[in-house]
Amino acid sequence: MLSSVMSAEEFLKAERNKDLLRLVTAGSVDDGKSTLIGRLLYDSQSVYEDQLVAMKKASERHFGNSMELALLTDGLRAEREQGITIDVAYRYFSTARRKFILADTPGHEQYTRNMATGASTADLAILLVDARRGVQPQSRRHAYILGMLGIRDLVVVINKMDLVDFDQSIYEQLTSEFSAIVEPLGFAKVQYVPISAAKGDNVVTRSDKTPWYDGPSVLEYLESVEVKRAEDEAAFRFPVQRVLRPTQEFRGYSGQISAGAVRVGDPVIALPGFRRSTVQSIVTWDGELQEAFAPQSVSITLADEIDISRGDTICAEQDLPSVATRMQANLIWFSDQPSETGRPYLIKHTSHLTTGTLKPVERLDIQTLQWRTADGFELNDVGVVELETARPLFFDPYRQSRNAGSFIVIDPAGNNTVGAGMILHAMEEGDSVAGLTATAQVWNLNGRQHRAELLEATLRGRGLAVVSLLSWEEKAAHLLLAAGFQVVVLHAPGDIGRQLSGASDEEAVQGVLQELQGLG
Amino acid sequence: MSTVLSSYAATQPFPGVLPRAAAPSATPRRRLTHLQALEAESIHIFREVVSEFQNPVMLYSIGKDSSVMLRLAQKAFYPGKIPFKLLHVDTGYKFREMIEFRDRYAQELGLDLIVHRNEEALAEGANPYKLGTSRCCELLKTKSLLDALREGGFDAAFGGARRDEERSRAKERIYSVRDPRGQWDPKQQRPELWNLFNSRLAPGESIRVFPLSNWTEMDIWQYIHEENIPIVPLYFAKPRPMLVRGNQLISTEQEFVPRLPGEKEQTVMCRMRSLGCSPCTGAIRSTATTLPAIIEELVSFRRSERENRVIDHDQDGSMELKKRQGYF
Repeated sequence: MLSSVMSAEEFLKAERNKDLLRLVTAGSVDDGKSTLIGRLLYDSQSVYEDQLVAMKKASERHFGNSMELALLTDGLRAEREQGITIDVAYRYFSTARRKFILADTPGHEQYTRNMATGASTADLAILLVDARRGVQPQSRRHAYILGMLGIRDLVVVINKMDLVDFDQSIYEQLTSEFSAIVEPLGFAKVQYVPISAAKGDNVVTRSDKTPWYDGPSVLEYLESVEVKRAEDEAAFRFPVQRVLRPTQEFRGYSGQISAGAVRVGDPVIALPGFRRSTVQSIVTWDGELQEAFAPQSVSITLADEIDISRGDTICAEQDLPSVATRMQANLIWFSDQPSETGRPYLIKHTSHLTTGTLKPVERLDIQTLQWRTADGFELNDVGVVELETARPLFFDPYRQSRNAGSFIVIDPAGNNTVGAGMILHAMEEGDSVAGLTATAQVWNLNGRQHRAELLEATLRGRGLAVVSLLSWEEKAAHLLLAAGFQVVVLHAPGDIGRQLSGASDEEAVQGVLQELQGLG
Repeated sequence: MSTVLSSYAATQPFPGVLPRAAAPSATPRRRLTHLQALEAESIHIFREVVSEFQNPVMLYSIGKDSSVMLRLAQKAFYPGKIPFKLLHVDTGYKFREMIEFRDRYAQELGLDLIVHRNEEALAEGANPYKLGTSRCCELLKTKSLLDALREGGFDAAFGGARRDEERSRAKERIYSVRDPRGQWDPKQQRPELWNLFNSRLAPGESIRVFPLSNWTEMDIWQYIHEENIPIVPLYFAKPRPMLVRGNQLISTEQEFVPRLPGEKEQTVMCRMRSLGCSPCTGAIRSTATTLPAIIEELVSFRRSERENRVIDHDQDGSMELKKRQGYF
């Protein structure tokens, strides 16, 4: 808020330094999610007077109640008629420190897809548990999906504490029960808060009704939590959205950096062509940059004129993504039509569209959190699938990078988005090659035959799978890389793959070995 | 053969290979401000649509949101030009200053602008006092928009709607699929995950795209301020002739706006908070003549920006009904 001592200029200066936190809320029907959100908006003064008047009018009409906070957020006629939330809604509020985008997602079993949607872009999740009803099957499912979608920070809010007389033992029993559930799900941090959304206890300010609780209120926590994103630390990835050629002289590649950072002069490789170059400039409307990082949208020009098109990815030369046509992935199914094994679906991964087939491996039984074998996925099923694509995907596991590890499944007949996937790892090809794809590389020997032979023999001697090609063949190289082979190419254009350096052949091969050994 | 190697991230640079940038650990923590994050997201959306659709168009309403959208489009395709046309659905009753601004700015930026009007309905004297606001909007806005999109053969249309504007918009996707009649079914929305957009359409279908979905009214004003984006002068307070009816300030630019017995225009220091048709968009009393003053006013406001639009509260949930019919 703008206080009387703060000028508009000071206010704007403070605003300029705010960052953005995206969060998602989840919980079972009637856990009080909409009420909590209404309370956050109302108490952070993000609700306008006319909206309040409309809410009060509607409250009286539908509930005979003069303050039904949930009505601030339940938007569509159908759900107001049913008194429940049926679709994900985005809310915006801000405090002196941060701006927040909140995805409010419905609690019904049949609307799991909306929760996955809200969670896919969120940094943090709030999961509601009703203090009277305890941990419901839905709470488990939601916690599981939030973990699967890569949420690192979880806030478990034990709501309706007013209806159990703010009983500490009930709170403690629920938190210990919940800890056991979320422990294996991979959250970096879990915070528990006892609240009453309806009465406002521990939502914005700390309540005197819970003297036994010494943690922050929900809003205090949201304001202060330091969110780390996996993409910030990861290697540079730049999926090309568009090739920009406004004039004969200018050739730029436009996209949004999906992970890592890049500086002018950095060596890069463009996949799938394996063309090598260096970053010449980072162009934006606001001027050229020396450095750019995820999630900035920029255009990049390269020092060499190489063939790159939409769907390609420009990567840090020293740290390439995995390449595979067969992968294991977590999958959430959104369609009324069950998934069909072997049927071609459209797969959209970064800016790249290809076709692929799905083969169910396991399905999660949400009641017991046990894995079961599966023949197909039905609406709201969650499980593991084998994805086989027509063209190779260059990916990072979803855990390392949400953008480089996620894909959507589109039904080519109905055009609907029927599934969402999170890549776990490349598949083993038969039982012979295991997991080498992460480092499979193209080595360009520049016609030095002896050096090529020495490299092949040495790598093979160290237990690596190696194939040598006389000349550069992109398709063959992709297949080999996807199968985990090191590809040694005798004659390739100068900008293809990794070059060896070293005065003697032995020195050059030792250099390769040192690098590979450094990987552990 | 079974050795599992992890990524190259932790290794030393390859000896003698091209020089490498400083190690990431040496660099300060990289973080975007909220406006930078919103800008990056919007630019991504613009580029994705232009790459995946045949014939996109931008709905240009001349308002502040359109001004921001236009700037984002310039940024998305820089140093190239904006690679699509702009469409203004002119009801015939927009404020004169809006039209002047539109024509001047379009020329200055070299924009490819289409102006579409429902001339037939206008010739028959359609106006909100004769037909009611609901029917008038249907003819001059919704029908006009759908006709223009069909005539242009556009398969994707950018709109400046924001999710914070109105409750039914809070649930709108960024890509909103419309059937061949331009209508919206809130229960048939596609799930939209990460930044992966599904651009597949059946014949006759089209999409509306909302690159500003995640911006708030405050974000828009701050961005206009930081970026020095030109906006229609009606947003700034000055003395203007108005009919004063209770809290409402009504413009008499259109002669058909009826006077009550004995009613006269008064000169009121006022401005527009959102722009629309002059008979249906009320002004607010204000002394804010600069952007910081507007922002200061906004912070102290406890009323939403669409409150002065007559059309939104014809009835509870009226915006949702209009959207189902094809209104933006």
